[in-house]
Amino acid sequence: MNNLFVFCELDEGRPADVSLELLTRGRSLANTLGCRLEAVVLGSGLDGIENELFPYGADVVHVADDPVLEHYRTLPYTSVITGLFRQEQPGVALMGATSTGRDLGPRVSSALHSGLTADCTSLEIGDHYVKKTDTTYKNLLYQIRPAFGGNIIATIINPDHRPQMATVREGVMKREIVNRNHRGELKKIDVASFIRPEDLAVEIIERHMEARKVDIKSAQIIVSGGYGMGSKENFALLYELASVLGGEVAASRAAVDAGYAGHERQVGQTGVTVRPKLYIACGISGQIQHTAGMNQSGKIIAINNDPMAPINSIADYVINGDVAEVIPKLIKYYKANAR
Amino acid sequence: MNGIKIVVLAKQVPDTRNVGPDAMKADGTVNRSVLPAIFNPEDLNALEQALRIKERYEGVTVTLLTMGPVRAAEIIREGLYRGADDGVLLTDRAFAGSDTLATSYALALAVHRLAPDLVIGGRQAIDGDTAQVGPQVAEKLGWPQVTYAEEMHFEGEKLIIRRRLERGVETVSAPLPLVVTVNGTAPACRYRNARLVMKYKYARTDTELQAESSDYIAAGRSSVRITEWGVDAIGADPEQLGLSGSPTKVKEIENVILQAKESKRLTSSNADVESLVRELLENHTIG
Repeated sequence: MNNLFVFCELDEGRPADVSLELLTRGRSLANTLGCRLEAVVLGSGLDGIENELFPYGADVVHVADDPVLEHYRTLPYTSVITGLFRQEQPGVALMGATSTGRDLGPRVSSALHSGLTADCTSLEIGDHYVKKTDTTYKNLLYQIRPAFGGNIIATIINPDHRPQMATVREGVMKREIVNRNHRGELKKIDVASFIRPEDLAVEIIERHMEARKVDIKSAQIIVSGGYGMGSKENFALLYELASVLGGEVAASRAAVDAGYAGHERQVGQTGVTVRPKLYIACGISGQIQHTAGMNQSGKIIAINNDPMAPINSIADYVINGDVAEVIPKLIKYYKANAR
Repeated sequence: MNGIKIVVLAKQVPDTRNVGPDAMKADGTVNRSVLPAIFNPEDLNALEQALRIKERYEGVTVTLLTMGPVRAAEIIREGLYRGADDGVLLTDRAFAGSDTLATSYALALAVHRLAPDLVIGGRQAIDGDTAQVGPQVAEKLGWPQVTYAEEMHFEGEKLIIRRRLERGVETVSAPLPLVVTVNGTAPACRYRNARLVMKYKYARTDTELQAESSDYIAAGRSSVRITEWGVDAIGADPEQLGLSGSPTKVKEIENVILQAKESKRLTSSNADVESLVRELLENHTIG
């Protein structure tokens, strides 16, 4: 009862990175709470899947293995998860803020009348005191996320409803094996007892999944552009610099919204979180929504013509100048000095 | 599908995408009052999908439903200018402070009263980015949901919907009634139609009319009314609205003050840029 549950999503039959990241964070939160860490996996043909989850510290792995669960569909997945949660009464439930998690999470939270916080950048355990009733709530999940376009950081709690639910984007939390040989308990979910015929109303006709094309997450050097780049054409400068340095091009949300770059390159709270060796922020003002996704970078260079830009305060080097002038110079002097 | 009734869920939001230098106060916090209030972008994509169905089939009606303060009637007029048939503004002090779940409770009751066959909304609103209200309204109605839609058309009685996922595309077939949320990658909304602007520019809610001058009413320009519903009109339980109906509570709000680092300040001069490149090469950050 009141354990910490992680919904583990599959990516081509293997646990998705974000789910392993959540198990890692979940393990340490469960230790703080003194409760068990339980993983839930839904799918078809899942024999042995539990062995990929135990090393991350799962005490229990619940497996729902049934052909109707082969591909994610809202209603059958919701019925299984809400049914399981009604039985098990988790205290906390975490999922990835993926296409799947962001479809499933709200549906489950509505069915269970429990609160859900989307896209958390940090999860902590803490108390909460309500003066009016002189009540102290012990060991709540602090769901911390930027809000209002990233200009504020909000700590959200669910004092009275369980499970306390949160989604987290891929790459925000670290992923770490606790013990390669750790083994827990495997529990099979009786799928047929949860699914109603009307849950199968929506049918999948066709699926085309693509391999990830752009991978800014594993790039060591990132050249990132913001709204201050001014145009899609100016973004070409970034590709040139990235190609010379052997890096990838990323973008802020404002640049993606303006059509300068595709969403797969977006760094920040609603994009990807990156930790490259070097992050070159070009024409980026540095809203927290962006910096939340890159402030762990090894070194940060900010290039912009606004001496007051917030990004400057977290940068190791600030070049005050016009990006269209500075970037060609960086390319030129790199070529001149590199062996 | 001839004769179906569509409700489009829309929200008026502060334009957080364009937080310019003037939108920041001296203490580094946001000056919300200078941000323009706009029609949430993906809700416009949703409206376009509804209008396309209306064009393709006979007798389809499109009703905009929004919850917000009195000024949110602005986006209902905006929807009317683009081709919606009518609009409902859910407005009541009791709604204030609602989280996504309490909001969905109120919206679902309003949808229930409107009794449509299809509900279409944007994937998410840019002020919260939660993407929760669509699925939660669907759950409260007990209807299936299809999220991240890019394109849709009917085949017989079923709606065929192409969904844009992070890593690909999926096509599903779904029966009505149904809630669909539309992705920003779907076609942009059509522009205002001049004839509709003339027809609806004086469309007002009752509250707006009371606030405007009597001359204005005397001029007889207020023939078109925007429906305004409060808690009683949708039969909501006040306990399930506002702060009391919201499981999530805001414990703390912190204004963002970035932790200052010792930064080296450089100019764009040749000497400065070259010395930076050399320094990065020497410490093996690049190269």
